[in-house]
Amino acid sequence: MSGRTATAGASFDRAAVVSWLRDQGVYVALVLLVLFNLVFTTNFATSGTILGLLSQATPVLLVSLGLALVIGTGGIDLSVGAIMAIASAVVPLYLGYSWPVAVLVALLFCGLAGLLNGFLVAYVGMQPIVATLALFVGGRGFAQVLVDGQLQTISNGSFLSLWRAAPLGIPLPVIIAAVMAVLVGLVVKRTTFGRYVLAVGGNRTASYLSGQPVRGVLLAVYAISGLFAGIAGTLATARLAAGDPSQIGLLIELDAIAAVVIGGTPLTGGRVSIAGTVAGALLMLVISATFVMNNLPPTYAQILKAAIIVLAVYIQQGRRKV
Amino acid sequence: MSEQETSILEVREVTKRFPGVLALDNVSFRLRASEVHALVGENGAGKSTLIKVITGVHQPDAGRVLFDGQEVSFASPREAQEAGISTIYQEINLIPLRSVAQNLFLGREPRTSLGLTDTGRMKREAAELLERYGVEADVSAPVRSLGIGVQQMVAIVKAVSLEARVVIMDEPTSSLEAHEVETLFRVIRQLREDGVGVVYVSHRLEELYEICERVTVLRDGKVVHEGNLAELPRLELIATMLGREVPEVEQRTAAHAAREARAGEPVLEAHDLTAYRAPQGVSIDVRRGEVVGLAGLLGSGRTETAKAIFGAQPLESGTVEVDGKDVNPDSPGAAIKSGLAFLPEDRKAEGIIPDLSVRENIIAAALPRLSRGGFVSKKAQDELVERFMTRLDIKAASPDQPVGELSGGNQQKVMLARWLCMEPKVLILDEPTQGIDVGAKAEVQQLIAELAQQGLGVVMIDSEPEELIEASDRVVVLRDGAVVDTLSGDDLDEENLVGAIAGGEPSQPTQDGGDGDER
Repeated sequence: MSGRTATAGASFDRAAVVSWLRDQGVYVALVLLVLFNLVFTTNFATSGTILGLLSQATPVLLVSLGLALVIGTGGIDLSVGAIMAIASAVVPLYLGYSWPVAVLVALLFCGLAGLLNGFLVAYVGMQPIVATLALFVGGRGFAQVLVDGQLQTISNGSFLSLWRAAPLGIPLPVIIAAVMAVLVGLVVKRTTFGRYVLAVGGNRTASYLSGQPVRGVLLAVYAISGLFAGIAGTLATARLAAGDPSQIGLLIELDAIAAVVIGGTPLTGGRVSIAGTVAGALLMLVISATFVMNNLPPTYAQILKAAIIVLAVYIQQGRRKV
Repeated sequence: MSEQETSILEVREVTKRFPGVLALDNVSFRLRASEVHALVGENGAGKSTLIKVITGVHQPDAGRVLFDGQEVSFASPREAQEAGISTIYQEINLIPLRSVAQNLFLGREPRTSLGLTDTGRMKREAAELLERYGVEADVSAPVRSLGIGVQQMVAIVKAVSLEARVVIMDEPTSSLEAHEVETLFRVIRQLREDGVGVVYVSHRLEELYEICERVTVLRDGKVVHEGNLAELPRLELIATMLGREVPEVEQRTAAHAAREARAGEPVLEAHDLTAYRAPQGVSIDVRRGEVVGLAGLLGSGRTETAKAIFGAQPLESGTVEVDGKDVNPDSPGAAIKSGLAFLPEDRKAEGIIPDLSVRENIIAAALPRLSRGGFVSKKAQDELVERFMTRLDIKAASPDQPVGELSGGNQQKVMLARWLCMEPKVLILDEPTQGIDVGAKAEVQQLIAELAQQGLGVVMIDSEPEELIEASDRVVVLRDGAVVDTLSGDDLDEENLVGAIAGGEPSQPTQDGGDGDER
């Protein structure tokens, strides 16, 4: 009798723990890991290291922001890495006109690529994973064709300062990513569009029958995802000082999906956490940095990341019994 | 004492608490072998929670469950089923693409000596099972190809074939046609003869009186009555459920007569609506303040017609006018702008957004009006939500509670709030009282009458002729996608309506129309 009551109590506590972990786990993990590094990792507690890490995180972070919206609608975008490659190919082609033109044209290409994804999903009715797989496969190829498969080195100082400038000591890419994160967070929390994203992800038919512009919303989230991949690709190009479509953004979609999921945005859609996504992206990066800076084999970092992903998905599904 | 001995399932003083709600408060419930026991109560009275405690979905905070005299604590519905307690839910839990036989023997397929599935034997045994319970279906056909009613029957046969000693049926008839309900009752009587105890949950009171011997009434998580059903007249049963006095319940909406006197101008005129299969040339006019019923069997084109008016079903031809203006909506968005609102039949699949809050669900259609420059006005939103939660008496812990956690009746009220806050001119309701309990049903019916009185035009689909007649000024009858009859005034009675729905002569449905799915 008493044993049974204890089980009931324990199961209630377990539910509460799971729900708390689902909402707060990523922040706790990030804080703990950073504290660990501040204490035990030599040279971690310097502004140079920390700002450097933040800069490194910006491409994944930007890609994750757009992806979080796509995932919020219950979709997925596998093509973000390929779209970064397109940006990286286009920028050097147009740098001759001045760097703002090059950046704008690159973003235009990337936005169009995103629109194509959105069109396939919203109007053709393809499954998101298939629709974006097309561009995942073809996008990088297209980018390499644009530049004949060559690495294009860049010497335009103004363009390169997109990565290197540091107003008030804060690297420009970090500022850009922070502004974008706040913007997307605001979009999710406060705007009509944000509500539409969650409703479409929560129950597409219900959203449609409530008169919501389902197709427009889908089109928009993929376009936004493409655009963010474009910004990420541009920054990565500036960082490398070269357009290198064969390498830039390679496999970044996996890190980005992981960041979004760890951050508490379920792949089934209907819920989006931007703060969680930011923390998720940072967590992945700090894990790698922890291993590298302590001279541990980075392969173990990958295993740890995998474990965290599985744990995060398990916690999110904690409520489901079957 | 002898009662004790024959109880097959007993729940003793069970308490179950959820955050903010005491779902079960010291509830005791006893089921004997060979009895059909009605479990009734309003939404949120605790019926579902009680079933879930019995079947191991929830663990009780206090109290005990005894099965066959032994204390049990199942960790999952599967464990309960293995022990001999089968549950049949409103939703059909079958695998759509697998055959009837495969579904019946899922996980316990007969094997050949090589360990492979013995398909021949499986089909034979499946056919025997179906025949034993009088269900007609091709055992090789994929479940998906069967009518929804037949699917439900297969699910029931599957559940009872697992050597169950207790069968719990939660609203088993909500998707069944009348003749299928008869089959179900045959199955239940067979079960009773086999010594099985049946717990029967239904909002259809006639059914309870037809099939159940005993009744337990729950209200606000407490047992308020237990006894023989025959000793509890219908009105008293309702009064017990609602916790009100009998005369209060007896008062029915008298708005009917008053409405007939007011002939408003037409607010909705749909002409010659034609789409791929249904509707076929349907025309419907609705005047201000009028409730027009839309009747017909499942598959008669009722829902398609409603969706066509609302722009959610592509039309080949036809026009829709609201307030004399051509609107011809090509999407729900356009329909809503012109003053139409549509409450879909399948609340779960098409209505609610289960993980979003009550607030988000209420404002789903109103978002464009609540927005300034793309931002949602929090003040306007909260005012609106507050107003409609109060007006419709929506019971939720807070506006932040996910709507999927509410009872069926409260979910339906959230859906109604979503549309009423749009101040529509025409409200199209597809089965507005389906799957909600008697109390909420009465509230919804009352609300519909009030709305009509305020000048709204209402189109209403309802499978229960009695309810449709009660609510409607005029009933349009559909068969095979076309209008076959329109009944109003003195012609609008149950006999005429049922006759028109079934087709052929009013007394005897001898024609083959409407039986298409039996083959």
